[in-house]
Amino acid sequence: MVAFDEMHPESTGLRDPYKKYQAWLAEQDPARLTEKMQDAERVFRKTGITFAVYGEEEAAERLIPFDIVPRILAGSEWRRLMQGIEQRVQALNAFLDDIYHRQEILKAGRIPKELIANNEAFVPEMIGVRPPAGVYTHIIGTDIVRTAENEFFVLEDNARTPSGVSYMLENRETMMQLFPELFQRIRVRPVENYPQILRQSLSAVKPESCDGPPRLAVLTPGSYNSAYFEHAFLADQMGVELVEGQDLRVVDGHVAMRTTEGYKRIDVLYRRVDDAFLDPLTFRPDSALGVPGIMDVYRAGKITIANAPGTGIADDKAIYSYMPEIIEFYTGRKALLPNIETWRCSEPASLKYVLENLSALVVKEVHGSGGYGMLVGPAASKAEREAFAEKLRAKPSNYIAQPTLSLSTCPILTEAGLAPRHVDLRPFVLVSDRIQIVPGGLTRVALKEGSLVVNSSQGGGTKDTWVLDD
Amino acid sequence: MLLGRTANGLYWMSRYIERAENMARLLDAGLRLALTQTTSSAEEWTSLVISAGAENAFRARHTEFTSTTVSDFLLRDRTNPSSVISSIETARMNGRMVRTALTREAWESLNEAWMSLKRLLAAPIDERDLPHVLDAIKREAALIRGAFIGTMLRNEIFYFAQLGTLVERADNTARILDVKYYVLLPSVHWVGSSLDNYQWESILRSVSAHRSYRWVYEADYKPTNIADYLILDPRMPRSLAFCYRGITESLRMLSDDYGARHPSHDIAERTMERLCVGSIKEIFDYGLHEYLDGFIADNARFGAAVAENYRFY
Repeated sequence: MVAFDEMHPESTGLRDPYKKYQAWLAEQDPARLTEKMQDAERVFRKTGITFAVYGEEEAAERLIPFDIVPRILAGSEWRRLMQGIEQRVQALNAFLDDIYHRQEILKAGRIPKELIANNEAFVPEMIGVRPPAGVYTHIIGTDIVRTAENEFFVLEDNARTPSGVSYMLENRETMMQLFPELFQRIRVRPVENYPQILRQSLSAVKPESCDGPPRLAVLTPGSYNSAYFEHAFLADQMGVELVEGQDLRVVDGHVAMRTTEGYKRIDVLYRRVDDAFLDPLTFRPDSALGVPGIMDVYRAGKITIANAPGTGIADDKAIYSYMPEIIEFYTGRKALLPNIETWRCSEPASLKYVLENLSALVVKEVHGSGGYGMLVGPAASKAEREAFAEKLRAKPSNYIAQPTLSLSTCPILTEAGLAPRHVDLRPFVLVSDRIQIVPGGLTRVALKEGSLVVNSSQGGGTKDTWVLDD
Repeated sequence: MLLGRTANGLYWMSRYIERAENMARLLDAGLRLALTQTTSSAEEWTSLVISAGAENAFRARHTEFTSTTVSDFLLRDRTNPSSVISSIETARMNGRMVRTALTREAWESLNEAWMSLKRLLAAPIDERDLPHVLDAIKREAALIRGAFIGTMLRNEIFYFAQLGTLVERADNTARILDVKYYVLLPSVHWVGSSLDNYQWESILRSVSAHRSYRWVYEADYKPTNIADYLILDPRMPRSLAFCYRGITESLRMLSDDYGARHPSHDIAERTMERLCVGSIKEIFDYGLHEYLDGFIADNARFGAAVAENYRFY
């Protein structure tokens, strides 16, 4: 199975979006490119853009490798993607509103009731709560894969606390530092204004009770969190405080932060802390990362929490398989961007199929993320597959399976020159009174030859993603 | 507006950067004194560890005070929270916590210092390489300070960091003087021996003041002059008077910004007054050791009051 290469597909030689880049590339001295590659690494290490990998103590602060060959999308390709993503995001918010209120979709029998009721990501405390401006998931990272010229699929909807946007911004910044002349020759749509749009977007969903300009803050679990760099980066770029649970408390019915001049009210909280840790009075009592009583303030409509608690029910991998039905139910139209065919192992017939075809499938944990706990059938040994089959039989409802897609490739710069590697794409979507998507996103790339796992925790790297202004 | 926790992080980040640098200066002076071989070197290394405020921690790790054990303990030992490596790690951890309050240059200089010192101090240091290592530590501290002073906005963020630097520095200078106060006392045996000269120069050297002193006092080492220079001379950037001048200045900017005064301001002003009106003779009459002890306690009280008044915790 030969993968579709986005720069040099087998059939046509060089694809249009890459023509100008190829012309520039042909003029470059390979030695200089290698040098630039090293420059890039120095820039990242110096700025402290690191990524903590759980379970690797020595490498506690590891860099995500960056590749200097951009991933390029034509304006027309991007517009098509945008329409599909917008439709999906609308459906996700409508679904969340429905699930926590009337549950029409369950009554209509389009989704099995037990899928919601027994789901850990469903937050009963949110039943009947209407978040400010009616928005549940404000910030979404939609993972998209490509298999051919016109074949795009949604791999995952990250509707809780998607990460990676700081890499999108830093990758662009780095590329502009390394190759200023490239950006003069090729018109690339800007992504730099993401922090401003994020701030406006969050401000637009302030609580009704807030009259003046709202005060925003980013809530981080702390500097030991793997994505701390991103939390600090976004707070800094938006010009808002980066707070931890220990800085916050409920004062006079509002959430307030401890400043050098006393407690100050917060109106909108962009939280990067998981639901379970948000409020020890409501959720996990042992959590020191959250704010005791914040859920009461939230239910009283005195603070916006972005994303709202309980959005995980919309990006759960078991729910994912119903996304085509969900989109049709709420938008009245077929999904513009298709799902990947998915077998729910909770269904006996599917389980049987999955067990019989393990060597051809990718099996994922329903609640897993970051590439942990998954089986890539074709790459696994017989023993690994057998061990995994045991786990599958023990708790089938914990797993879904998908075909191993032949993800598109994009060249990276290796010591031996350009070489194709598999990529995916995560555009970032902002929802307030409207939906906004910055033209670009995070392209993750599997650096190992032939590997299909792009997660940074599993040896993946990133690339700058260009949307052409054409 | 500034989070109390951020103010705390800035304050301690600066204290630990200053501490790392002071450790290097202290060792530099100790090394020089050891080279002269006129005194009991074990005694000198002991007083060095006491100046560093780490005697108990040292005794828990080592039995002998030698150049090897002391320099390893003050530079590389992670069980010593004030060693250079621990200090720079704590400084960076605090810096990372307050990342949004720092300019890119300030953060990068701190991050790079951490990376380079971690590498430099990874393996035990050969005595021959010590001067080079100590220079590198001082240079990294200077780069951080330069980036900080050159790029940071003069606002509350800057002033809390200043407070940390100056409280740490005042504490350090006072301790160095206190450990050696007896060599500064007029003694019946005093004949201005070369031995005393070495001791005095070593005190000056440990605050990098041995050269400037010669310009100011025409190269004439006198205990009262040395004490005067390090305690009361506001021109000397490591003197107690200099530190408290900077502290009261930073506090004034904070009270202007916030439109509020706190008990910590009163403590600092009282300390400042004593450094302004006092003459060195009065201090000797009162008792140098008693004076320094009192100063160290007041300085610590001031630090605690700042933390409380500005809601660090």
